[in-house]
Amino acid sequence: MPQQSAETLASQQKTTSRRPAGTLYRGREGMWSWVLHRITGVAIFFFLLVHILDTALVRVSPEAYNGVISSYQTPIMGLGETALVAAIVFHAFNGLRIILIDFWNAKYQKVMFYVVIGLWVVTMLAFVPRHLMNVFSH
Amino acid sequence: MSTTLDAPRSPYSRSPKKRGVNWEKWGWIYMRASGVVLVVLIFGHLFVNLMIGEGVDALNFAFVAGKLANPFWQTWDVLMLWLALIHGGNGMRTLVNDYATTRLTRGILKSSILAAVVILIVLGTLVIYTFDACPAGSPADLLPSFCSAN
Repeated sequence: MPQQSAETLASQQKTTSRRPAGTLYRGREGMWSWVLHRITGVAIFFFLLVHILDTALVRVSPEAYNGVISSYQTPIMGLGETALVAAIVFHAFNGLRIILIDFWNAKYQKVMFYVVIGLWVVTMLAFVPRHLMNVFSH
Repeated sequence: MSTTLDAPRSPYSRSPKKRGVNWEKWGWIYMRASGVVLVVLIFGHLFVNLMIGEGVDALNFAFVAGKLANPFWQTWDVLMLWLALIHGGNGMRTLVNDYATTRLTRGILKSSILAAVVILIVLGTLVIYTFDACPAGSPADLLPSFCSAN
């Protein structure tokens, strides 16, 4: 029917408009927590691969292990470790948020996202000054 | 190829053709169960290695050897190794399923993830259980203090 197809077209134009309307999902806490969870997860996975290989050098010789680990103690790697811990702490707290959404109550997903951000800030305030002091006081 | 879609919000049901273990369900449960344990294990790992004492500056062979000579930290590290690699590998598998568009790239990427996970689990477990904290012929100042005690 021509009338129906015109309606379909209008609704298609509405949903494909460049400016997202107030959708349930797009661009809100739910999406950003999901995006950050994926990005931090991938970053942590690749660090884990490298980290197991460098730790495996303890089986080769003390000199080999100390040689690689001393490169982790440079200022640039110190900043990298700060980013790594930031990613891990977010992924950890947001993972607990996902578990609470699944097993407790999805109604509180938004407020729990801000709780995750708050706990992340507190944890990073405890970690970053201490870590940077260790890295830069050398 | 035509695909039939269920009506929106129709309750989930497995296709009757699929029988046996529901691996996707157990993967879903594994991510949550291992996640909770990993929060404890990794936060403890970061606290002991980066916060206590001089943090990252204190890390060297003697420090790691001192930890790995202790069955408590051996168990801690082996649990972390297995749980984290399988958790990470399964997470990467989810991303490949979401973003890789052809069957071939999905196959290549997922086999690479599986190979990396298996190789690193075997390597890491061997290192933890065959490790010698006091290797013969190494300079004593690089070794943990208990090596020179006897």
